[in-house]
Amino acid sequence: MATDAFRSDVRLTVNGTVHEVTVDHRSTLLDVLREQLGLTGAKKGCDHGQCGACTVLVEGRRVNSCLLLAVAHEADEITTVEGLHGPDGDLHPLQRAFLDRDAFQCGYCTPGQICSAVGALAEAAAGSPSYVTDPGTDPAAPVGLSRDEIRERMSGNLCRCGAYPHIVEAVEDVAR
Amino acid sequence: MPDIVATSSALGTPAERREGPDKVTGTARYAAEHHPEGRAYAWPVPATVARGTLTDIDDKHTRAVPGVVTVLTHLNAPRLAESDDATLAVLQNSRVPHRGWYVALVVADTLEAAREGAEALRLTYAEEPHEVTLRGDSPDAYVPEDSDGTSGEHVRGEPDTVHASAPVHIDATYRVPPLHNHPMEPHAATAEWQDGRLVVHDSSQGATKVRDVLAELFDLPGDRVTVTSEHVGGGFGAKGTPRPHVVLAAMAARVTARPVTLVLPRGDLPAVVGHRSPTVQRLRLAADPDGILLSVIHEVTSHTSRIKEFVETAAAATRVMYASPHSRTTHRVLPLDVPSPSWMRAPGEAPGMYALESAMDELAVALGIDPIELRLRNDTGTEPDSSRPFSSRNLAACLREGARRFGWAGRDPRPRARTEGPTLIGTGVAAATYPANVSPSRASVHAAADGIFTVRVNATDIGTGARTVLAQIAADTLGVPVERVRIDIGSSDLPDAPLAGGSSGTASWGWAVHEASTQLAARLAELEGDSLPAEGVEAVADTEGTADADSAYARHAFGAHFAEVGVDTVTGEIRVRRLLGVYAVGRVLNPRTARSQFIGGMTMGLGMALTEGSTLDPAFGDFVERDLAAYHVPVQADIPAVEAHWIDEDDPHLNPMGSKGIGEIGIVGTAAAIGNAVHHATGARLRELPLTPDRVLGCL
Repeated sequence: MATDAFRSDVRLTVNGTVHEVTVDHRSTLLDVLREQLGLTGAKKGCDHGQCGACTVLVEGRRVNSCLLLAVAHEADEITTVEGLHGPDGDLHPLQRAFLDRDAFQCGYCTPGQICSAVGALAEAAAGSPSYVTDPGTDPAAPVGLSRDEIRERMSGNLCRCGAYPHIVEAVEDVAR
Repeated sequence: MPDIVATSSALGTPAERREGPDKVTGTARYAAEHHPEGRAYAWPVPATVARGTLTDIDDKHTRAVPGVVTVLTHLNAPRLAESDDATLAVLQNSRVPHRGWYVALVVADTLEAAREGAEALRLTYAEEPHEVTLRGDSPDAYVPEDSDGTSGEHVRGEPDTVHASAPVHIDATYRVPPLHNHPMEPHAATAEWQDGRLVVHDSSQGATKVRDVLAELFDLPGDRVTVTSEHVGGGFGAKGTPRPHVVLAAMAARVTARPVTLVLPRGDLPAVVGHRSPTVQRLRLAADPDGILLSVIHEVTSHTSRIKEFVETAAAATRVMYASPHSRTTHRVLPLDVPSPSWMRAPGEAPGMYALESAMDELAVALGIDPIELRLRNDTGTEPDSSRPFSSRNLAACLREGARRFGWAGRDPRPRARTEGPTLIGTGVAAATYPANVSPSRASVHAAADGIFTVRVNATDIGTGARTVLAQIAADTLGVPVERVRIDIGSSDLPDAPLAGGSSGTASWGWAVHEASTQLAARLAELEGDSLPAEGVEAVADTEGTADADSAYARHAFGAHFAEVGVDTVTGEIRVRRLLGVYAVGRVLNPRTARSQFIGGMTMGLGMALTEGSTLDPAFGDFVERDLAAYHVPVQADIPAVEAHWIDEDDPHLNPMGSKGIGEIGIVGTAAAIGNAVHHATGARLRELPLTPDRVLGCL
């Protein structure tokens, strides 16, 4: 496809692999991952940033990939659920915990939940407070993840099957 | 031959989901995630009037969009054969029966071009006056003859006369708004025509039915259509039968001679995939001073569309629940210019038991009797409306076990008795029931020389863990370790099977798998130690005539729900603090996946009680809450500790596994338990869901 006013060639780094793709300037990161790179782990639930099923990590931070334009992320490290496994192909501890706790049913929100949990754990470790964090907490110290903290921090990821209590347990297992 | 040795039972063990690793690593493929070469993308165009006729289509701007391949409307779309589901007759004529009805489909090389093309389409309508507001007293509402085997009206004795003369009365009207299923995976299909064969990956709860309907609509023999539903991102009834998207995808693929993927935009779902009809329910209970019911009258009015009669059979559960010598249960349905309603998790039972179990709580308060005791006094061993004995009914055991676990004893029944600062605390209870449905199914089981058994059945796993439990059933029947059982499901090329719906999947598919496995085990035993033939040995089963045989028993699951809420008197916000359910569902075949389904049902019930509600705008005829920012499904922070338990129940009158369905009963009593807890906390009886802060504040 030719590059023109509507399309550009970009180099996207996804799960450590560089992909050279021509993207429509309107294409979301989610659509490029799913339709052009064949990485369908990130799901489209609403396409409006309301459900979290498309959550991936950009530069280690969790984002709704349906709200990002792919053309703007040439320089970024992008990690999807397909890239969470360890160097030997082992499951990420959160993936294992989701299996152990039966923290999903239909599985459609699951990649987003897991990527979001990876992001949430990193945020708490870095001392980022949430709405339920005690305002008196030392801002430089990691935030301990109580169940209420996990519930609050994971509330951007909808699960219609209602696996929430088991998701809390799975995140708690890894946060410990 | 493979050694058949008795092993410890696989059934009843918490086996891990077989497809779990695929789901947590993102490799499980859903309907839109199949990428055949040359695939095009379709984008649908919904009508923007509530009633009328499409009079002009200007597609020149659409066709000018680079990448647009074609525009389908009623003027050029393939003609479909008649089917008995009018919601599937898309692009066949210019009529618009409701806002959101699909009037065009744009097909393009890319998603972006398809979407731009759809937005560029100029449509002109001749608009007609519309009516979308449900009124319980509308003279246009009628009593339907029969709906899914549920009669429109049933009368025993002289309920009205008895009600008028009884010493204690409750007369209350409850309202449940339209509700949307909103599975996380929007409806989607990838369709392709291969040498006259139609191959479709569909997000459906039952690919056999989708295959049959597509064959009918496109006038093809059934064996020229293959429909797969390998992984399905939830359905909750909204994918129970084919929906318009799969017809549109097949049309577009035929016209363009390319594979086509159509994913419905989330905002379109409320109008085109079905919703729970709103209900207006009047409950009249009459009792003696000891709380013994003398008469029960449950009158339900729901809406339906102009093109399809769907009845929200909310009075059905009242025919099952409590002994009462006099009763009238009536459904009335009002056709309006609204989208077609359909099944949503526990259709009928969920809204109906909200009303009945709220009324029972009102009766308990009026009599000064504990609400658990009131239910125990009206328990019955025979189904009131049919006079058939229950195959098993352990409602009382569920109530008692729930009371014990929840800590019900010693509860001060007075409202507003517990406070924490500005928060009023209350507890509530409600009963639940759901029929133990089962349908005929086919299945085959094959024994290979290498010791692997392969089960083939067109079951669908919409998140229940169907693969896992079917493997457990086969392993147990064959007497082999579950690891040696392979499961093939999710394709219409497999033996025909009914949908994953009505909490009947495991009973229906499992019965056929059990039957085939039993036959296979017998044939393997006949080999008497000889080796298997190279092609292996296969047994097939069809439970037609067996699974659907009349039973002398009324077969239903029962349960009890308990809730503790905190009501903020400053903001009106209700927070559920604890939710506990106890169920009597026959034998629980996999406690791990069963618990998840119970908790999931209770979570949706919490949404029904507190956050979920949709509104039909009278002026525009539209659902106002069309996305997940406006239609509030519960989020993680809404859900407290949720416990699901069950009691041992041995019922020999169900199916070979002894199981009742578990997918829906979790939602059934939850909303009433929460509403009753809110009454206990505040003294206010709110009779319209959801219990949002504005409504709560008005009552404090």
